[in-house]
Amino acid sequence: MSVLTLVIEGQDVAGPAGRTILQVARENGVAIPTLCHLEGLSDVGACRLCMVEVEGQRKLLPACVTTIEEGMQVTVNSDRLTAYRRRIVELLFTERNHVCSVCVADRNCELQDLSVEFGVTHFDLPQLHPKATVDATHERFGIDHNRCILCTRCVRVCDEVEGAHTWDVMGRGTEARIITDLGTPWGQSATCTSCGKCVQVCPTGALFEKGRSVGEARRRRPYLPYLVAREGRAR
Amino acid sequence: MTAKPRLATIWLDGCSGCHMSLLDMDERLLEITERADIVFGALVDVKEFPENVDVTLVEGAVSSEDDLRKILEVRRNTRILVSLGDCAVTSNVPGMRNPIGPGPILERAYIENVTLHPQLPGPLVPRLLPLSRPVHAVVKVDVFVPGCPPSADLIHSVLDDLISGRMPVTAGVTCFG
Ligand code: SF4
Ligand code: SF4
Ligand code: SF4
Ligand code: FES
Repeated sequence: MSVLTLVIEGQDVAGPAGRTILQVARENGVAIPTLCHLEGLSDVGACRLCMVEVEGQRKLLPACVTTIEEGMQVTVNSDRLTAYRRRIVELLFTERNHVCSVCVADRNCELQDLSVEFGVTHFDLPQLHPKATVDATHERFGIDHNRCILCTRCVRVCDEVEGAHTWDVMGRGTEARIITDLGTPWGQSATCTSCGKCVQVCPTGALFEKGRSVGEARRRRPYLPYLVAREGRAR
Repeated sequence: MTAKPRLATIWLDGCSGCHMSLLDMDERLLEITERADIVFGALVDVKEFPENVDVTLVEGAVSSEDDLRKILEVRRNTRILVSLGDCAVTSNVPGMRNPIGPGPILERAYIENVTLHPQLPGPLVPRLLPLSRPVHAVVKVDVFVPGCPPSADLIHSVLDDLISGRMPVTAGVTCFG
């Protein structure tokens, strides 16, 4: 396998062809904010938080799905990138109904953490206040669409690790919703094995274990790479 | 000697938690009252919002016609307006009615769930606006202090900055919820 050399945030780095900018950056201690990316799952480039500047390219590129190239010059932090990332966080908050003070994921939420990291103290954009439902038909879990940011981690873990493929995305734009089994209630799903993996990987309060109240969500995520490695599918 | 800064607090559609957090400053309240004149608020027996206020802390969202009238008056008479707490900053819990609308919410609370004399609030109760909105959706806000409620330490440091003539920086030190 050929080894490529490139520059990330002024640092000379190297990595095997086929690696993403995100992987090589992290291996070399350069942090890039992410939300839809999760170690152990495939990448889809859904959230755009990991956008970086690549010299010679007018467009910003998502680090999680862009593979490295020889001689690349990558900028991870700039005023422009910070402004876009802050705006993305704001868009995610205002698109659904986020009420941290009464949310199961309060103080345990990757979106909330990002709002602090990017200094989002209020929203300049109007909140959309969409009508969003809660499906509590599953015996042990629930999905609150008010908090979903459509990262599709649940879709991918259920498909790629559990092998059940219960989740999918239906609709477009602000109407898009994740669904179970072609839109039937979760509790009636014929494919769901009730393994709980989707609940563990959800970055927000959208997927939750029943019986947990405000701020009581607990996520066990480090197990994912182990599961993937055990199945011999480490990437 | 220059006059002390004139400080006010007001409470719109909130639960009073932010004011409780303000009281949680304990003895530091005394220090604040020595350095500033508190001219309006829950602890001051003044009915009309005064003129020439330097700093006003607003708790709560703008949810009713009465909230709207108050906040317009406060803004007219305030130099630095501070949105205090998540209800003021995002509309928070009061805003949870926004996808549903005021009509069905009133029905539910005053008719459907009531067994004894179900009736909608009369003309003495301020009418709800179609949406419960953050303060900055209605008037210009100068400082945002998210938190539900913001801690007493945070409120103290914000007040300390403002009374000393500095603009407080809340980005990165506090979060929603
Ligand atoms: S999902 Fe996160 S950001 Fe949204 S309300 Fe819950 S804690 Fe807040
Ligand atoms: S509990 Fe397991 S099988 Fe069911 S939807 Fe979640 S990940 Fe898929
Ligand atoms: S439910 Fe959670 S994991 Fe699934 S798409 Fe929504 S935010 Fe992502
Ligand atoms: S982490 Fe790269 S697009 Fe979400």
